[in-house]
Amino acid sequence: MIDPVPPALIFIIGALIVPFFKGKLKSAYLLFLPVLGFVNLISIPEGNNWIVGFLDYNLVLGRVDRLSLIFGYIFHLISFIAILYSLHVKDDLQHVAGLVYAGSALGVVFAGDFFSFFVFWEMLTVASIFLIWTRRTKASLDAGYRYLLVHATGGLCLLAGIVIHVNQTGSIEFGYMGLNGLASYLIFFGFGLNCAWPVLHSWLTDAYPEATITGTIFLSAFTTKCAVYALARAFPGTEALIWIGAIMTGFPIFYAVIENDLRRVLAYSLINQVGFMVCGIGIGTHLAINGAVAHAFNDILFKALLFMSMGAVMYRTGKINGTDLGGLYRTMPLTCIFCMVGAASISAFPLFSGFVSKSMVMDAAAGGHMRGIWFLLLFASAGVFHHAGIKIPFFAFFSHDSGMRPKEAPLHMLIAMGIAAFLCIFIGSFPGPLYSLLPYPDVNYVPYTAPHVLGQTQLLFFSALAFTLLLLSGIYPGEMRCVNLDADWFYRKGARLFYRVADRSLNWVNSVCDRVFVKGLAGSIGRLSRDLTARIALLILVSFWILRGVSGKRLEMKKTNFYNDILEGTLPVGIGAGLAAVFIVLIFVLT
Amino acid sequence: MENAENGDQKAKEYLFDKPKNVKLLLSCFYASLLILLIIEFFVHKHPHFAWEGWLEFYAVYGFVACVVLVVAAKYILRPLVKRREDYYD
Repeated sequence: MIDPVPPALIFIIGALIVPFFKGKLKSAYLLFLPVLGFVNLISIPEGNNWIVGFLDYNLVLGRVDRLSLIFGYIFHLISFIAILYSLHVKDDLQHVAGLVYAGSALGVVFAGDFFSFFVFWEMLTVASIFLIWTRRTKASLDAGYRYLLVHATGGLCLLAGIVIHVNQTGSIEFGYMGLNGLASYLIFFGFGLNCAWPVLHSWLTDAYPEATITGTIFLSAFTTKCAVYALARAFPGTEALIWIGAIMTGFPIFYAVIENDLRRVLAYSLINQVGFMVCGIGIGTHLAINGAVAHAFNDILFKALLFMSMGAVMYRTGKINGTDLGGLYRTMPLTCIFCMVGAASISAFPLFSGFVSKSMVMDAAAGGHMRGIWFLLLFASAGVFHHAGIKIPFFAFFSHDSGMRPKEAPLHMLIAMGIAAFLCIFIGSFPGPLYSLLPYPDVNYVPYTAPHVLGQTQLLFFSALAFTLLLLSGIYPGEMRCVNLDADWFYRKGARLFYRVADRSLNWVNSVCDRVFVKGLAGSIGRLSRDLTARIALLILVSFWILRGVSGKRLEMKKTNFYNDILEGTLPVGIGAGLAAVFIVLIFVLT
Repeated sequence: MENAENGDQKAKEYLFDKPKNVKLLLSCFYASLLILLIIEFFVHKHPHFAWEGWLEFYAVYGFVACVVLVVAAKYILRPLVKRREDYYD
């Protein structure tokens, strides 16, 4: 039996060998990596592993406890599904980026110290950006750069926080922090940016829909969930998170209703779902943390399933806007069914996975007597059904007939979606195995009680009734080709304003400097040094010539000739020697 | 219904191409709503909050929430944030 290695290494080193494989062997190798990783993962003992001395500090590359383990499991699982889904991709860069990205996420989750945590955290950004850029359109290139800049900002905040924290405490251990002092606020902010908090969220809705079809599956799983993990580790029970989370569940659904790009609708609902997790972490009771983690687990599956079904539609039709799609159930029935399973799961229908995890957060809020929060979460639950549960499948697969009759998704995509769909239903119907993996095993939660099932079903069915009536009456906002402004406006337009202001103010200084120093001063110094001797000599000679009675045109001619002769060095040797002799005599006389 | 006139390529009919099937689906849906409302009388509730015990609270809340959501998104948010597709170009 070989000793286990840090989980991140298998993916990251494994990724680098991918280009050496070809054809079927490559597919087999890609699928083998997460399996190997999983076998490795379950053979790691709990506790701190791989403690490496670095300078004066100890790096912990494998802190294995119940919180990190469950994220480790789901990250391996979703890597397998996402790789299976992307087997048709011929571009090695995408495979490598996806694997390094997954590996970095595992590195973040198992890091026990701030240093290795930060390194993996930044690798997440760097690897994920290639999943956006490899779509190779101008929109994806631009969105990728914005994504990079935003994450670089967040990363720097985090780094600043870590540096201050290490300076103050002298320890680089990554554990519970709580909000106290500048360092913790900076770290909190750095986590929050990756978590897509309100106003900090627009990198997500901007970039994810521009990523490659398969890249989005990876993206939807890792960055935000790593941030959720980090918050659960360092800031459980932080009250600010309750409200941040509740607002996150609320505001994206309004955008999702009017958004045309169906993958962007899913990106908004991703924020909405992460809101439930953030809220749960903020509440901080054992039930709430369990709920948040369980919901992260389920969300990775059903959100990937939804993105996969939309990706399959995009793969077959080349379109993703609600205005262009419709009626695809005719020829893509399996994709349609898988999409509806994902939709039912995210909407938390009884017997589907969202139900058994979201309700834990709701009940934790109710248990803490948080009325406002509870109402907001319930509103968001109805709203998410509305936009992700109904809108996505309806506009893609039903609605008006777009006339397109694309083929069913390729087999490997169907299997990937099938696995995810099966897990969504399995976890929803038999939550026991998932519950047994949660961080706090002492919580005994029963999701299936008669009033709970009935209440949730009523909520969803009457939301559906509202949708039906609004659609039939024509009030439901039709899909439109348009851009909806969001918080990214501030930096997308703001950057242009900044550019213009900088252009006007700084370039003005630039051009003045150019005129005065480069063209003016430097020029005159240059001219001077070129003909200073000629001018001095001319000065002496002219007075000499005037004394000899030379004047008028002849004087001018003599001046020009002499000047040119000196500049071109074509002076008769006699005059040059004479000048030198005069010079020597002068020196001799004067000293 | 698209009816291919040249005969050899008859447009295939799918499940919801028939208005009858759509109607059937809708009536099943409405019936299930009614059943859900009725079941509530037979379920013993143990609410966290007082209003959870009110009659048909979840049904009303779900319906109202979605109407509010759509109306607010359509009449308030969309006029505020909608721009041409090439706005950022």
